[in-house]
Amino acid sequence: MSIVKLEQIGFKYNEHQVLKNVSFEVKKGEFMGILGPNGSGKTTLLNVIDGILMPQEGEIWINGTSCNKLKRENLAKIIAVVPQESLMIFPFTVQEIVLMGRAPHLGKWRFEGETDFNIAHQAMEMTDTISLMNRSMNALSAGERQRVLIARALAQQPQIMLLDEPTAFLDIRHQIDFFDLIKALNKNQTLTVIGVTHDINLASLYCDRIILLRDGHIHCMGSPEEVIAESHIREVYETNVAVDKNPVTGQPRVTLLSSHPSEGGSRSNSGAAPQL
Amino acid sequence: MLKYFFIPIFIFSSFFVFATTRNVNNKVVTLSRVIRVSLFLFAVFIIISLISLLVGPSHLGMIYLLKGLLSGIYSGDLSLIATEKTILFSIRLPRIIFAGIVGASLSAAGVVFQGLFRNPLADPYILGISGGAAVGAIIGIIAGASVIPFGIPGLAVSGALLTIALVYGIARTKKELHSTTLLLAGVIVNAFFSAVIMFLISTTSSKELRSVIFWIMGDLSLAEWSEVILTGFFLMIGFIVMYVYSRHLNLIVSGEETAMQLGVNVEQTKKILLLAASLVTGVAVSVSGTIGFVGLIIPHMMRMLLGSDHRLLLPASALFGGSFLIVADTLARTVTAPAELPVGVITAMCGAPYFIYLLRRRAV
Repeated sequence: MSIVKLEQIGFKYNEHQVLKNVSFEVKKGEFMGILGPNGSGKTTLLNVIDGILMPQEGEIWINGTSCNKLKRENLAKIIAVVPQESLMIFPFTVQEIVLMGRAPHLGKWRFEGETDFNIAHQAMEMTDTISLMNRSMNALSAGERQRVLIARALAQQPQIMLLDEPTAFLDIRHQIDFFDLIKALNKNQTLTVIGVTHDINLASLYCDRIILLRDGHIHCMGSPEEVIAESHIREVYETNVAVDKNPVTGQPRVTLLSSHPSEGGSRSNSGAAPQL
Repeated sequence: MLKYFFIPIFIFSSFFVFATTRNVNNKVVTLSRVIRVSLFLFAVFIIISLISLLVGPSHLGMIYLLKGLLSGIYSGDLSLIATEKTILFSIRLPRIIFAGIVGASLSAAGVVFQGLFRNPLADPYILGISGGAAVGAIIGIIAGASVIPFGIPGLAVSGALLTIALVYGIARTKKELHSTTLLLAGVIVNAFFSAVIMFLISTTSSKELRSVIFWIMGDLSLAEWSEVILTGFFLMIGFIVMYVYSRHLNLIVSGEETAMQLGVNVEQTKKILLLAASLVTGVAVSVSGTIGFVGLIIPHMMRMLLGSDHRLLLPASALFGGSFLIVADTLARTVTAPAELPVGVITAMCGAPYFIYLLRRRAV
């Protein structure tokens, strides 16, 4: 059975149609990537799934229950979100942030108990943030902060984890570290992952399936091999690219090409560039 | 005489030495920690109240008073003469408790406003909320709303709520709430309300209306038991509501979207918290005028000492805010004795430099 199911979702933002007729299903334990240019509706789609935005058309089913019938705190027990960046105005410690992930499981003002501390500690161990536990969130580096946010999401004990361009501010090493960690959780804990990213190559490396969005509708959907093809990328991003195989993994690999031939240097020599 | 009002200052500074030397930030907030800190700050509150009770322009020998009080506890009958009893229990005691309640109200409201607006510089006075409450109260007095039960505090609370809507409306552009714009909106709204207060007081001759100084600087000198009961009652209600939502406030502080993703009904929580904070602010302002900066200094100090968790921050700020305003008021009534200063003069003299310090340190 699919854990997330979207049925003909349409979303308008002040008369501006952001999503139209979006339907797809995600199976339990799947790693789904959402790609698309700026303004194609990726983040809106994610916000519709986690219930922050209410779509005007269509219906979303989580675990077979209609999203409209789920209360906020019940939804938060199933879906956790790792945001892009989270800067605190007030100085919370790492442990306090991770414990916040227990919120949906606590009542309105109950204090965290033994179990909650244990779960938070486990989450910090899994994400290698236990040594940072007493540091202020704002004193950490971007990579460390991102790991803390994963720990918070894990403390929610979700079945589904949504990623909203989580690696946008990270260098390549931290990007790989981040996705390796998520992939491990995805494999070992059968955590379902739905992630929005700008990085087509990262999506190609880690995702089981990819949705390519264009102007709020699904342009194509399928395995990385099916979706990451020169024709699709060129159509959706309106940019010239070359797609070949990653020499190590065999996954499709995208190479960006400049539209100014004079800056394209080696391109004219290689002859590999597709002619427009 | 002078030595007496140095005692509260001494207690304050020793408290800070104590608090800063403990590495309190490393601990997670648990119920037992909340109780321990609250009990400690309550003890500070009691000690400061007792000392303030013994300090004042009328020369009542401190040792003599203590003896009188102690023997009174043993024998059940205070061996004090009538004037001393009157001074202690009808003048000083209600005023001290009143100062404590007003200080606690403004600090608790300050904590909530700072959290909801996600701005460490927010304070009921700076944002113009106290000013709005004062205008509401003055209009109520002129219109004769005092015949309705809770008429004047009710109008003050409405004034506070309308001001929040106004300031929020000015500062909010699209989806974002800019810190600087919020403060500027507060400044402008404040200037406008000061003018309205001046206008209303100059053009009406209502005998019940207190002076412009009372409304603009705040004054606790007219405290009576009835006002203590009124403010105390509403502080209790407001505080309980705020405390129930204090953990949700932690989540809202980390971002409204994040709070929603963690299962908080953000819109509802915000409304309830704004209502509770406006309630305690409005009621306090309607009987004490607009005392500034308490809601800025105290929450900020407590946050530095105890961390950002509102389950601890809220009770600690309320208790310490109460102690702070008692000390400020004791200074206000003794520094220029037999003349009195409005207590707002003292809080502004402490608060304005502190505000500037925060502004500079934040490097906006």
